[in-house]
Amino acid sequence: MATPNIPLWEVFIRSRNGLAHKHVGSLHATDATLALQAARDIYTRRGEGLSIWVVPSNAITASDPAEKGMMFEPAESKIYRHPTFYDVPDEVGHM
Amino acid sequence: MYTQALNTSDAEDRHVEDADRAAQFQVRIDAEDRIEPNDWMPAAYRKTLTRQISQHAHSEIVGMLPEGNWITRAPSLRRKAALLAKVQDECGHGLYLYAAAETLGASREELVDLMLAGKAKYSSIFNYPTLTWADIGVIGWLVDGAAIMNQIPLCRCSYGPYARAMIRVCKEESFHQRQGFEIMLTLARGSEEQKAMAQNALDRWWWPVLMMFGPPDKASQHSDNSTKWKIKRFSNDELRQKFVDATVPQAQFLGLTIPDPGMTQNEAGNWQYSTIDWNEFNAVLAGNGPCNRDRLAARRKAHEEGAWVREAALAYAAKRRNRQAAA
Repeated sequence: MATPNIPLWEVFIRSRNGLAHKHVGSLHATDATLALQAARDIYTRRGEGLSIWVVPSNAITASDPAEKGMMFEPAESKIYRHPTFYDVPDEVGHM
Repeated sequence: MYTQALNTSDAEDRHVEDADRAAQFQVRIDAEDRIEPNDWMPAAYRKTLTRQISQHAHSEIVGMLPEGNWITRAPSLRRKAALLAKVQDECGHGLYLYAAAETLGASREELVDLMLAGKAKYSSIFNYPTLTWADIGVIGWLVDGAAIMNQIPLCRCSYGPYARAMIRVCKEESFHQRQGFEIMLTLARGSEEQKAMAQNALDRWWWPVLMMFGPPDKASQHSDNSTKWKIKRFSNDELRQKFVDATVPQAQFLGLTIPDPGMTQNEAGNWQYSTIDWNEFNAVLAGNGPCNRDRLAARRKAHEEGAWVREAALAYAAKRRNRQAAA
């Protein structure tokens, strides 16, 4: 008999206070409580985090890699959005 | 810990694929771009990686068995705590890797079922028994040492999720090798009996460990695609040589003898080992090693005896969902 599928969760961990939660991987669990416990065991065995988020994988909406160009290319040509685009004379010092 | 000779790629499988997309894909690989789960990829790339990553995951899980054998008999609380932590790490490595394999479109349950049915391979090294405590030392020192040689280049593998999983695994692996070497050092500096036990373990594990790197380059027909796709960055023989060169001085430090009297150092400083008995390797891969049946039987038993836990957890989650829906 095939093993029944158990839902997939994505795990996010905040490594120190002040830093954002970062995606570290995924795991299988039947509910949120077990997902948190499994995340603790799988992803924080060496003090990697102070806070864990678990999110059902199917709750994430992702951008389509095939539409990468449409999504991100418009920003590439706008170099005037970066501070290095502007010339400030050396005499002015750090700005 | 362990990936090995299983990293062979599937034969040409590109008959109906768009040649333009395949060419664009290769351009990305050549530019050291990382491939991510939803990107287009050739079917053979997907198949090769699914097999390699899932077999690597199975190896981590089956690899818990030979070491688990000594947890209750570890010689001190310090050794026992370290071994428990190591075996727990192996389980974690298996889980990271199953998750990486799943990004390619296979479910973990389906991959595990294939392994339990005997249709998927795992590293041949775990089909050898751990007869004495010294075997735990040798596994950490050499088996994990060989695995690190294999896995460091995989941190730069072209498939993003696999590379990221390997970075995590490699960080944890270094503790494994050091705890193994420390066990060996303690035995090597102990009584005559302890030293003999360490030597005996090295004698039994040396050749199987060299086999972990897979068939010699001239006999492996499948590496071409894996190399072209930058899944594999060094050949089996290159990695084996690096491992031998790193290990010989460590054995000398321990005062142990590598069971290869014909071994010589060439002018370039490389240690040249004698011919490996590939018949033994093939027999173990074919299911006829000393522990193949035991390992599979142990995994099946654990899986079957855990079935009620999976069912109960799913039933509880369903009950909670229904109650919430009714409220």
